[in-house]
Amino acid sequence: MKPLRMSGLTKEYRLGLRQRRVVALDHLDLEVEEGEIFGFLGHNGAGKTTTIKLVLGLLHPTSGSAWILDQPITEVAVKQHVGFLPESPFFYEYLTAQEFLTFYGQLFGLGGTTLARRVEELLELVSMKEARHVPLRKFSKGMLQRVGIAQALINDPKLVILDEPMSGLDPLGRRDVRDIILRLRDAGKTVFFSTHILPDVEMICDRVGILVKGRLSAVGPVQDLIGSTSITAIDMVVEGIPDRIISDAERAGATAVKRGGQVLLTLSNGLEVDYMIDLVRMHKGRLVSLIPHKRSLEDLFVQEAGGVRT
Amino acid sequence: MKRMAVIAFNTFKENLRDKILYNLLFFGLLLIGSALLLGTLTMGEQQKIIKDIGLASINVIGLLVAVFVGIGLVSKELEKRTIFTIVSKPVPRYEFLLGRYAGLAFTLFVNVAIMTAGFFGTLLVSQALPDAGLLTAIGLMFMELLLIVAVAIMFSTFTTPTLSATFTLAIYVIGHCTADLHALGEKLHGGLSKWLINGLYYVLPNLACFNVKGAAAYGSPIEMRYVLTSLTYGAVYTAAVILVACMIFQRRDFR
Ligand SMILES: Nc1ncnc2c1ncn2[C@@H]1O[C@H](COP(=O)(O)OP(=O)(O)OP(=O)(O)O)[C@@H](O)[C@H]1O
Ligand SMILES: [Mg+2]
Repeated sequence: MKPLRMSGLTKEYRLGLRQRRVVALDHLDLEVEEGEIFGFLGHNGAGKTTTIKLVLGLLHPTSGSAWILDQPITEVAVKQHVGFLPESPFFYEYLTAQEFLTFYGQLFGLGGTTLARRVEELLELVSMKEARHVPLRKFSKGMLQRVGIAQALINDPKLVILDEPMSGLDPLGRRDVRDIILRLRDAGKTVFFSTHILPDVEMICDRVGILVKGRLSAVGPVQDLIGSTSITAIDMVVEGIPDRIISDAERAGATAVKRGGQVLLTLSNGLEVDYMIDLVRMHKGRLVSLIPHKRSLEDLFVQEAGGVRT
Repeated sequence: MKRMAVIAFNTFKENLRDKILYNLLFFGLLLIGSALLLGTLTMGEQQKIIKDIGLASINVIGLLVAVFVGIGLVSKELEKRTIFTIVSKPVPRYEFLLGRYAGLAFTLFVNVAIMTAGFFGTLLVSQALPDAGLLTAIGLMFMELLLIVAVAIMFSTFTTPTLSATFTLAIYVIGHCTADLHALGEKLHGGLSKWLINGLYYVLPNLACFNVKGAAAYGSPIEMRYVLTSLTYGAVYTAAVILVACMIFQRRDFR
C-alpha cells in the first residue's frame, strides 16, 4: 500500500482576460512510501503548494490522477486518514484554540471524552496549553502555526501533509516541529512536507523530491542526493606549531594560510586530519577549530535549478 | 448529516460573535420602539402606524442581516482561505454549503423572532393586540429572507463579497417589481429585448408574492391558499438556487 501516489499530475492556471496559460505542475509522477518522511523541495513558485492542493482536492487537476492510501483522491472518505496544514494558516478567528480543535475533531466524527482527551494531548504536544482559551485572532503567526499543526493531527491521520510547516517559526519552534515530525514517524505515520529550508530536510527526511518549475528533477534518499562522501573538505585552524610541519602538510596536498599566530589548513579528506592532529599534538601545538564542509542539498538545489533554467 | 449539523452550529456560533448582527438587531428594536413615539404624534391611526413601521423594520433589518452576514459566511471564507482546512477534511463540499445555509437560517430565525417579540411588546404597550395576520406577514417575510440568503450564498460561491452584495440587493429590488417587468415584456414587439425581458421575468424570483404587510397592518383577511402557494413557490425556488450554488461550488478551484 502506498500512502500517496501521483501519476501524470498536471495543473494549468489560466490568467487574466486572455486566459494565458501557466503550467504550474507538469506531469508529476511520485510515490511516497509507508512510514517515511518525505521532503518536497522547491524554490518559490516551483509548484509545491499546487501539488498539495491537487492531492487534497482543493484544485481539480488539468490531467493526471492521484491516490491516497490506494484510493482515488476523488473519494471524499479517504480524507478521514489525512492530516493537512495549509501554507499560511487561516483559521476561524473567533474560536479559541480549544474550540477550534474541537470543531475540526467533530468534522471527523469524533466527540465526547475521546475528542476532549485528544484535544488535550495535542495542545500539550504543540505547547499551547496556556493559550487554550484565547481566541485565534489574538495569536501570533508562530502560535497559529502550532495550532495549525495540532489541527492536522486531530484525527490521528495515517498520512500527514504539511505545506511549509517551519515557516514563520523561530529556531526553537522549528526544532519543536522537527521533533513532532520525527515522533509521527516513530508512531508509524507517513509525513509529506514541502519546504525550501534545506537544513530541515537534511536533518529529518528519509527521501526528498526536488521540484523545479513544475517538474520533478530528482527524487531519492537524502544521502544519495547529497552523495556518499558527503564531506568535501575540512578546515582546520591550529596555532603554535613549527613552520616545518606546515610545509610538510602543504606537500601532502593541504593548502595553508597564515593569519597572525594561527594557520588555516584546508584538507581534502579525513585521513589527513588524523595525521595532522597527531602532528599538532606532538609539537605541543593547539587545535583551535575543525570545521567539516559538506556538500549540502543547497549545492544540489542550485545545481538542479540552474540545470533546468539554462 | 452530523457534520452538517456541526458546521451549522459553528456558523451560528460565529454569527453570535459578530458585532454587525447585534448592531443591526439593536437598530431594529430601536426603530420598532420609535413607532410608539411617531404614533402619538399622529392622531387616529396610531395602531396602524405602529404595525406599518414594525413590519417594515423587521423586513429591512432581516434583509440586511441576510445579505451582509450571509455573504460574509461563504465568500469571506473563500477570501480568508479558511475553506482550505474544511475541504481537506472528509466533508463533501455540498455539506459545507448546506451546513452554512442552515446555520444562517437559524440565525435569521432567532433574529426575526427577537424583533417580532419587540414588535408585539410595542403593540401591547399601545394597547393593541398582536393578531394572526401580522404573524402570517412575518412568516412570509421570513420565507423571502430564506430565499434571499440562498441567492446571496449562490453569488458568493463564485464572486467577491462586494459583487455578491451588489447582485443580491439588485435581485431583491428587481424581484419586487417583476410585475412591471412582465408588463414591459408585453409592450415590446418581438426582438431580442422582448426575449430578454421575458427571460428575466421567468428566471428572477417574484418577491412581491411574499409581501402581505399592507393587508396585515390594515387587518384585512389574508387567504390561506395564497399563503400556502407563496410558501411552496418560495421553498421550490430556494431549493433550486441552493442546488445551483452546490453545483458551482463543487466545480470550482480553491486557489
Ligand atoms: N491562484 C493562482 N493563479 C494563477 N497562477 C498561480 C496561482 N497560484 C499559483 N500560481 C502559479 O503556479 C506556480 C506554482 O505556484 P505554487 O504556489 O504551487 O508554488 P510553491 O512551490 O508553493 O511556492 P512557494 O514556495 O512560494 O510557496 C507559480 O508559478 C504561480 O505563479
Ligand atoms: Mg507554496
